[in-house]
Amino acid sequence: MFRPRVIPVLLLKNNGLVKSEGFKQFTYIGDPINAVRIFNDLRADELVFLDIEATAQNRCISPELVKDIGDEANMPFAVGGGIRTIQEIRELIHAGAEKVIINAAAVKDPEFIRKAAETFGSSTIVVCMDVKKKFLGGLQTWTINGRKASGKSPVEFAKQVEALGAGELIVQSIDRDGKMQGYDLELIRNVSEAVTIPVVALGGAGKLGDLKEAYKNGKATGLAAGSLFVYQGSMKGVLINYPERGELSFE
Amino acid sequence: MSQKLLILDYNAGNLRSVVKKVERIGASCLVSGNPAEVLKADKIIMPGVGHFGNAVAYLKDTGLYDALNEAVSVRKTPILGICLGMQLMAEYSDEGQSEGFAWVKGRITKFQVSDPVRFKVPHMGWNTVRCKKESVLNKGFEHDPSFYFVHSYHLADADPADILHETVYDYSFVSAVEKEHLFGVQYHPEKSHETGEQLMRNFLSL
Repeated sequence: MFRPRVIPVLLLKNNGLVKSEGFKQFTYIGDPINAVRIFNDLRADELVFLDIEATAQNRCISPELVKDIGDEANMPFAVGGGIRTIQEIRELIHAGAEKVIINAAAVKDPEFIRKAAETFGSSTIVVCMDVKKKFLGGLQTWTINGRKASGKSPVEFAKQVEALGAGELIVQSIDRDGKMQGYDLELIRNVSEAVTIPVVALGGAGKLGDLKEAYKNGKATGLAAGSLFVYQGSMKGVLINYPERGELSFE
Repeated sequence: MSQKLLILDYNAGNLRSVVKKVERIGASCLVSGNPAEVLKADKIIMPGVGHFGNAVAYLKDTGLYDALNEAVSVRKTPILGICLGMQLMAEYSDEGQSEGFAWVKGRITKFQVSDPVRFKVPHMGWNTVRCKKESVLNKGFEHDPSFYFVHSYHLADADPADILHETVYDYSFVSAVEKEHLFGVQYHPEKSHETGEQLMRNFLSL
């Protein structure tokens, strides 16, 4: 039976793992390769790695690091951060990533999505939309680690990138990042119902029940989280964890 | 005598994860897109992600198409097709309106789901397979094992005798085929934890 994917999202800063809150307040978590080994043992469905400084530093996530991750990973993984060219995607796929995640470049140059999907196939191209509430209500997609507004609503943006050939969408709530108080279900559902490609919910998951909600009510088929899988307890001690097999059926 | 395992490089996606998995199992392999090497191989893995029509065009341009046909049809070299590699074994694909190797009966067609919001395409993630016949590939499996899938097209109109695994996504489709020395899996064993490793080990131990 098909079941939704439960996906730890790991943030990279200076090639180390960090966790953020509200896209700020970074805490050092540990070494990425060590985390992959632990997630292998825990049999994680899939992993996501995002280099959160790449775009601002005008570079792309390191193919060398991706190679190290890929050589360890027993599960599929996607990588993102600063990807702007077909050649960069080629290098990252060659390094062992199954999928690449495009964020800022999708906003700046939508045609890039089309080119990438035609070259590598839709299922390789993931678009991540970072969403923040506008000051006077309404939602808007933002980009470059939350710093630059795109001017498009989440649903408009989602439909646009689907038409351009993206094979998957990560919908991330900036407001909920690191809060562990639950996903923005309305946002997730609005986007899920507007497109026919898989939607991954991200931002705010604090317990297993939140994942189930995002699947049942948000209609997401990918349930992603950062804090949930790297912290333990109310004091947020660092402990990499993942649900047991039996906890992953959300029917 | 050690077997010569060839992992086919035909410009279709990431081979590295397949190579790494084979190495972890303890086998050695040659990654090659050279038709002469295809003919010398004792066993072939044909991975692949990408566009069916483009892949066939590339295979024909490079002479790999004829070499694979001879290896598989004349020399009876065992072959495992993964994802696009399995689809290429069929007669025809709607993706690029292109003919395949026709080693197995059937055509490759896009998912036609009843509810596009509930059943997103690509079919992406973990799903179980049901074994439809006895096979060396199934050795050591638990009941209804899970594998990782990423695909928008699947095999239809297959010969029931060739069907090895079936999977349900809105409806039931063929997720693996086996015909004599031919094996094809729609999912990605190289990315499916221990179960996938077991399947690859089963193929390598043939």
